[in-house]
Amino acid sequence: MKPIVLSQFCGILAVASPALLLLSVGVARLLGVKLSEHATARLTQVSVAFGLLGSCGVLAFMLGAGRREIPVEIGDWISLESEHFHFHLKFVFDRLSVPFAILSFVLCGTVGAFAKVYLHREAGYERFFLFYAVFLLGMIVSALAGTIETLFLGWELVGLSSALLIAYFQNRPIPVRNGLHVWIVYRIADAAFLAAALTLHHLTGAGDFAGMMGNGVWPDSIANIDGRSAMWVGLLLLVAATGKSGMVPFSGWLPRAMEGPTPSSAIFYGALSVHLGAYLLLRVSPLLDVSLPLRIAVVAVGFVSAIFGAYTARVQTDVKSALAYASLTQLGIIVVEIGLGFRYLALVHIIGHALLRTLQLLRAPSLLQDYQNLENAIGDRLPRAQDDLLSPTCKAEPVTGYRFWYERGYLDAALQRFLVRPFTKLFLLAGMLEDRWTMWLAGNQPPRDAARHHQSWLPSDPKRLSAGSVREEAN
Amino acid sequence: MPELHFPWLELAILLPLIGSLIVRFPKDREKARRISVGFAFATLLAAICEWIDFVRLGQFEAHDHWDVVAAFAHQNVLVIDELSAPLFPLAALLYLLTIYSTLKTKVSRFSMSGTLVSEAILLATFSCRSGWLLVALLAIGVAPVYHELSIRRKESARVYLIHMMTFIGCLTLGYAILPADAALAPDRPGFATLIAGGLLTFGALIRSGIAPVHCWMTDLFDRASFGTAMLTVAPMPGAYAIMRLVLPVAPTWAMQAIAVVSLITAVYAASMAVVETDSRRLYCYLFLSHSSLVLAGLELVTTIGLTGALCLWISIGLSLGGLGLVLRSIESRVGRVDLARYNGLYDHAPMLAGLFLLTGLASIGFPGTIGFVGIELMIEGAAAVSPIVGGAVVVATALCGIAIIRAYFRIFTGTQVTSPISLAAKPSERIAVIVLTFLILGGGLFPQPGVSSRHHAAEHLISRRPGAAPLPDHTLTPQQVRQNQ
Repeated sequence: MKPIVLSQFCGILAVASPALLLLSVGVARLLGVKLSEHATARLTQVSVAFGLLGSCGVLAFMLGAGRREIPVEIGDWISLESEHFHFHLKFVFDRLSVPFAILSFVLCGTVGAFAKVYLHREAGYERFFLFYAVFLLGMIVSALAGTIETLFLGWELVGLSSALLIAYFQNRPIPVRNGLHVWIVYRIADAAFLAAALTLHHLTGAGDFAGMMGNGVWPDSIANIDGRSAMWVGLLLLVAATGKSGMVPFSGWLPRAMEGPTPSSAIFYGALSVHLGAYLLLRVSPLLDVSLPLRIAVVAVGFVSAIFGAYTARVQTDVKSALAYASLTQLGIIVVEIGLGFRYLALVHIIGHALLRTLQLLRAPSLLQDYQNLENAIGDRLPRAQDDLLSPTCKAEPVTGYRFWYERGYLDAALQRFLVRPFTKLFLLAGMLEDRWTMWLAGNQPPRDAARHHQSWLPSDPKRLSAGSVREEAN
Repeated sequence: MPELHFPWLELAILLPLIGSLIVRFPKDREKARRISVGFAFATLLAAICEWIDFVRLGQFEAHDHWDVVAAFAHQNVLVIDELSAPLFPLAALLYLLTIYSTLKTKVSRFSMSGTLVSEAILLATFSCRSGWLLVALLAIGVAPVYHELSIRRKESARVYLIHMMTFIGCLTLGYAILPADAALAPDRPGFATLIAGGLLTFGALIRSGIAPVHCWMTDLFDRASFGTAMLTVAPMPGAYAIMRLVLPVAPTWAMQAIAVVSLITAVYAASMAVVETDSRRLYCYLFLSHSSLVLAGLELVTTIGLTGALCLWISIGLSLGGLGLVLRSIESRVGRVDLARYNGLYDHAPMLAGLFLLTGLASIGFPGTIGFVGIELMIEGAAAVSPIVGGAVVVATALCGIAIIRAYFRIFTGTQVTSPISLAAKPSERIAVIVLTFLILGGGLFPQPGVSSRHHAAEHLISRRPGAAPLPDHTLTPQQVRQNQ
């Protein structure tokens, strides 16, 4: 087999293996076939292994042949020639996508192995691995996407799986509320992404990154749109990246996301999902080169997020929230690096940070237990580390503006007060007016079976969704 | 005009009519339900055969073989074309699944005979392209719902009746004063054409539930059985009326102005869905938002927008039809679901939860589902008219997405309940679930044949407006025929 054909095969293998995992787990669930824990875990392992093998195979070919980019064309998913409308399925293996895909496979594999034990005999074991499969496919499609539409496809899969995994412990209301909160932020990000993709499509006449970003390979390609257009498109993409990565002003969802099981927190909010926004900015980084205001905006968002994350992390009272904001700090720095044009540095930073954070988050639940076991074993307290060895977050020094950082900059409260509450009030009022109008038209005869509500065994403590309770819920 | 190889249209209309008479006899309602399922299934088969036959012909339009109605009326009354051909099986499928998934305990509340009659009227409407007969069929379609509301359920039908009378009045008056040559120059309309077009449009918009004349829909969902309410709105006869009666005569600027009104409704209804606390009304607003998007696409009068709208029409029929069936199944077990609290039904009905999520996501155009392409094309077509219009479509779908996941969480999660009865899906519901899932995912993963077919229909519909660039040939190329197959 020729090396180029082999590389194409490896490329398809990298994408197909997570797709087949989702297909097998999904079809089994649809048909009501219960897969054993062992079978589910084995399927996941095989899929990740083959995907990783495919990615490494492409990397080996790239290194061996000195190629910097290998496109894998699947073809037109949808094509309307006369309208010049194409949904082109194309994957690109280059210096950006291959490391990110390999990182995704390695971390997903690690977390899959961890979850196999961590979630053993959990009622939602199968559900976790179904969402995990959706996430893995979404990450790989996003990482390897060669067109902006394909990237959007993966982006949406990641968003859905994230929201559903945050609500994994679905019999409690708080994880569910937090899952919904994250979904709302993601929908805003998705809307911005979609708008940017369409604008870009209109400006360049193609959804292909190669067409939009010039003919060069990443990171040397040059955008073929003017600075003003690049700025508007770039700003929309920046909103999308900000929402997806939990940067300011959308940082409120980061600690909420920790409601999910530890493996999902580790893989999504410590490692991969949270970096997807930065990855998007890296992918469209040629746009930054042609618009100085856009670069300034990117650096500003990154800088503010880094400062915000650093201070907020210092006053958090639980380890997962502290880690979430510590991630935000690093993410802010990564975005600043992207804005300043240090693209390789940003890529290396993403990889290093993702690996470290995964380790920290996977270790977090058992760390305290281990300390207690050690103390029980030696019959005394563990010796305190010397103060100068402690990180600033561990020192008991007062933090300036403690209340502000503890309340996470009042960002959630501000969004709630100025966006959610007026929206809810307005449409509850509209609903009330509609009801009155309809009732008047009906001659004030209410529906006969309006009270035909609810079985007695359903929860009997309805919490009406008034504007007040909406506010309370969102808080 | 080309002929189908068999009188599929007449058969598809006649079968439910005969069925509606037969199911009146058995006193055992379960037996009546089984008979209804048989007739609805036979109707679906006839509708599918009609579609296959039509696609194989490769023509834009065709009429029945051995057309008995034409022999009496001396003109081709029952005609199928590229617009209505897929709507036939879609409507038949929705009726079949609704009847089939009706639980034994609810058979007495749901009129099988009335449902089959309304199926026959709807199919007749979809096979009628213009003229007084179409107006009459749209008017007759009001009757079965009124019968259920007023006679069977003893509910106030005033809201429904006021709106439907206005709808019928507008259609009748508009069509009566429409000049015979109105379709010759739609972009240079005379005064009479403008008035007639305005009346026809207003009538069709009432039937489609465009704000602020949408309250009859929420009222209908409150007072009628869920199945009847869903089947009244889901096939979107109002949109069909616009395509047949308004598109040929309305000037482009007027159509695009109506598109903007439809988009406002889409955003408004999606916003209402986000704060709604009743499951039926949530469904109503979701449907309203989506149907308004379809209307907006139909009225953009651009080929790509129209293609998107036609794709969306089918995808919404399947996805929101499926969502309605799930809600109906849940309602038949636990009563009207209050979305102001968490109901925690996942553990008892995981399959219904899965289908709720799948159909809901399909309706908002989630990638990999049948709705994805329609929404993409719609946004593309809307953005071509104006970026703000495109933005409105994006906002509406984003809000609907929030409403659907919120409803999913409220219905299926958030608490744990112990049920004294089994809430698991019954075999009939499982089959309905699997059929819909297959169609939603199949159409989403392999969208090209459907999109090509809808694009071809859109091109022809646009080209039939005077002043539009004519198509070189009104027959499909062999390649397109193969694609459609």
